[in-house]
Amino acid sequence: MRFIQEYRDGELVRRIAGKANELLEKLGREVKIMEVCGTHTMAVARHGLKSLFKKELDLISGPGCPVCVTPDSGFSMVFQAAEAGKALTVFGDMMRIPLNGRSLLTLRSEGFDVRVIYSPYDALKMAEREPEEEFVTAGIGFETTSPLFASTILQCKSRGIRNLKLISLFKLIPPALNKLLEAEDLEIDGLILPGHVSTIIGIKPYIEIVKKHGVPAVVTGFEPVDIVEGIRMLLRQLVENRCEVENEYSRTVREEGNVKAIRLMHEVFKPVDSEWRGLGLVEDSGLALREEYVLFDAIKEYGLKPVETIRPSGCLCGEVVRGSKKPFECSLYKKVCRPDNPVGPCMVSSEGTCAAYFYSDSGR
Amino acid sequence: MVLRLVIQLCLGIPGRVEEVKGDEAIVSFGGTRRYVRLDLLDNVSIGDYVIVHAGFAIQVLDQKTALEMLEMLREVSGE
Ligand code: SF4
Repeated sequence: MRFIQEYRDGELVRRIAGKANELLEKLGREVKIMEVCGTHTMAVARHGLKSLFKKELDLISGPGCPVCVTPDSGFSMVFQAAEAGKALTVFGDMMRIPLNGRSLLTLRSEGFDVRVIYSPYDALKMAEREPEEEFVTAGIGFETTSPLFASTILQCKSRGIRNLKLISLFKLIPPALNKLLEAEDLEIDGLILPGHVSTIIGIKPYIEIVKKHGVPAVVTGFEPVDIVEGIRMLLRQLVENRCEVENEYSRTVREEGNVKAIRLMHEVFKPVDSEWRGLGLVEDSGLALREEYVLFDAIKEYGLKPVETIRPSGCLCGEVVRGSKKPFECSLYKKVCRPDNPVGPCMVSSEGTCAAYFYSDSGR
Repeated sequence: MVLRLVIQLCLGIPGRVEEVKGDEAIVSFGGTRRYVRLDLLDNVSIGDYVIVHAGFAIQVLDQKTALEMLEMLREVSGE
């Protein structure tokens, strides 16, 4: 496939990694790089990219898996909607998330109406086809996903579809990064920034954060060539003592992002304080539906209430999400918590750090 | 294989626009054709490569930049 295979050229990947290793040698110390996005974590694992670098390079995974950063209180509202007899539509990733020993799969087997969608537009089509049914869709994701739901809501409005409502649990990446870098225990040397969130928001939102915390960053694509080149660019910044936001993924990420998508997102949603697994409450880091769209707000219309749960003892999901612990430091990892018996969301999501470690077995 | 492809589509790989019909396009991912929403983009044309996330095109890939970048990488990483 064009524009994919070329960026998977193993020979090129190895050569760029060689250049990166030369830079590591120059630095002569351990370098901690955080890949913010779960898709990067998965790609690093799937292509075995860690093994290409000298051991001085420590790659840690950040809070970039949308399902993983959603707290149990958020999931509880999604479960409530199904239990209240609504037709619940969710992305496949959500189906096996454990909450109090149950999952949406369990609910479905108990006879509740839970359906997997590939796109928010699928939910719209279902609602249009079945006007008698009340549909609720779970809005989980970052800036890559919220504009799609915004445009789906706008379509519902203009087509007069009233039987589809949204539980907005969307989160914004820049405020979370800011909070993460404020923490003193992490000591991150550089950031690999998410390619597709940046496709929407562009480069600007990161500039102040990078300046304020003195941590260089590179917006990076998802193919092996992209990732090793993103790492090389970061190391070069460190060697040259620069601290900037660079763009490795310029074939897709424009300086200003996708202006239309940003506009639609702001038209439908407003920023609100939001709770993250591992980070706690982060100011203006979530999105709620604006007053004008309250008709589509499942939380308000159906009075859904966030309920806290007690996490199973030993679970380190919060620490794994914020990058302060690695999966193999969790006493449940592989022994109790496995993809076929997940204890936390990090083990089930296709972008989850524990799942990435499990499948690649880079967890030592 | 099918599952893998679906997962990859979620990851936003580029596909080639084969037809544009109003708000939707038919996009080919190495031969697998899918309907894709165009609500977030203006001026998408046949032959464009678009990055697709959860059924929506989120950006048009800049082909010239993509090829220049590869050239540059091959050069600077050369022995
Ligand atoms: S191994 Fe399981 S319980 Fe432990 S941090 Fe990972 S997902 Fe959470």
